[in-house]
Amino acid sequence: MKVRLVDIAHARSGDKGDTANVGVIALKREWYPILVRELTERRVTEHFRGVITGDVKRYELPNLAALNFLLHGALDGGGTLSLKTDAQGKVFSTALLRMVLDVPDAEARSLGLPVA
Amino acid sequence: MKQVVRVAAGQGFWGDWLEAPRRQVEGGPVDYLMLDYLAEVTMSILQKQKERDPKMGYARDFLGAIDSVLPAIVERGVRVIANAGGVNPVSCAQAVKELAAARGAAGKVRIGVVTGDDLLPRLDDLIARGHALANMDTGEPLTTVRDRVLSANAYIGSTPIVEALSRGAQVVVTGRSTDTALTMAPLRFEFGWAPDDWNKLASGIVAGHIIECGAQCSGGNCLIDWRDVPDLANVGYPIVNAHPDGTFEISKHPGTGGRISVPTVTEQLVYEMGDPHAYITPDVVADFTTIQLESAGPDRVRVFGIGGGAPTDKLKVSIAYRAGFKAVGTLVYAWPDALEKAQAADRVLRERLDRLGLRFDKIMTEFVGVSATHGPLAEQPNAEPPEVQLRFGVRGESKAAVERFTRELAPLVLNGPPSVTGFAGGRPKVEEIVAYWPALIDKAEVQTAVEVIG
Repeated sequence: MKVRLVDIAHARSGDKGDTANVGVIALKREWYPILVRELTERRVTEHFRGVITGDVKRYELPNLAALNFLLHGALDGGGTLSLKTDAQGKVFSTALLRMVLDVPDAEARSLGLPVA
Repeated sequence: MKQVVRVAAGQGFWGDWLEAPRRQVEGGPVDYLMLDYLAEVTMSILQKQKERDPKMGYARDFLGAIDSVLPAIVERGVRVIANAGGVNPVSCAQAVKELAAARGAAGKVRIGVVTGDDLLPRLDDLIARGHALANMDTGEPLTTVRDRVLSANAYIGSTPIVEALSRGAQVVVTGRSTDTALTMAPLRFEFGWAPDDWNKLASGIVAGHIIECGAQCSGGNCLIDWRDVPDLANVGYPIVNAHPDGTFEISKHPGTGGRISVPTVTEQLVYEMGDPHAYITPDVVADFTTIQLESAGPDRVRVFGIGGGAPTDKLKVSIAYRAGFKAVGTLVYAWPDALEKAQAADRVLRERLDRLGLRFDKIMTEFVGVSATHGPLAEQPNAEPPEVQLRFGVRGESKAAVERFTRELAPLVLNGPPSVTGFAGGRPKVEEIVAYWPALIDKAEVQTAVEVIG
């Protein structure tokens, strides 16, 4: 079934040069493995197609039930060069949370995932 | 040895809440007040101010902050650590001294000044001796933009701040210290952590990272349960309650608003994170995958288990250089067909700029209310929006071209698509772009110095 990422995770983003970072945190620790499995570099790259010009790198932080994504080429050159409203990548967090995940029905039920 | 040292964050950036420093020293017991003023390009702004007046070049807000906490410094022994010195820490310290004297506290406030981070006067010498200062993102050598460099500062660590504290400084002013060093230094000083006690130093860095953005770990800009974060008008800024073994709790003063919980602290931990296994600082490389958090009561989070390793033999250098000009302007289009009108205005404007023969490195259009923040990821609105803001910007090397653009926006009010308003701000302003050039330098090239005055 379809699960909206915004219903199972929260997030914060920031910048380093032309790279935006998005930390995605599972709302419940037992939902973290879903994030690890579903939010692959490939899928996140696909999600941000047309928005970023570089690649996506993912790091895992199981201790915080969090994933950290580096989105390269996200900020029109970054910082003061950028003409964008979000020149410092502050709202890439919620842009990532727009993702909708496909989770097997049985698993979604057993984990108590909110259904879209 | 003290079993707990309390470091309160009172400023997360230059422009943060003016009330926060005073609230932190008056709201309950604290030992240190930590004020972070510097962002990536702040140094270049300060360098421009110093060029106009050699006594300027530091964060002037800091004087207001000191004024508001002076009784706590003089009467209760609260010590203040700030990177407010910018490109002129000596003048900053002198101004603090004069302020103290003007308030009848002459000779009662000893001020430590940390210098040595400013590499601008040595830049040509460094390049001549083979330091490329290559851009960490692009690999280009600094010679590419050398004649446009405005400022160059090494990020320095906690050691000189520890020295200033040990020499009795009650206020420590630094230039481009790392944000985290401002919190780590008092912990090293109080607990006598060895310079190679990596796990404890890493704990100090993590403590610094959690509070360096002020209220961003105590309910501010917090996404989780944001509607339920209590009393943000009265938000409490965070306090590190550190112990000699490297563990610490994050708290805030009783009776303040906001929230400190495992999720609010986690959101701040992932903010501006790179590779979590290697959070590199001049003092230590911290491993953020070792951090353990647990609730320790209402608005209190315990942090423990942190590991770290030896730092590298390099320091990061923050270089700022002139990179052309830009201008951004806006117009607002109203219902009906607000988006269509804004899109039509965008086409008209682009055609006119093109006919004028103006060339830019970048022309950017955003439709605020539709797609400015999330671009193509945003859903198209089902209902017609009541208004859409056209936000149009250009960037280029030619100031004249950018200037000419700023005169093309307002005419659209009378000679473009209809139902347009929101131009009361006048023509867009032309801004010189100061861009950021991150580089590395051998640690041995950077010698810091400490002076204590007062």
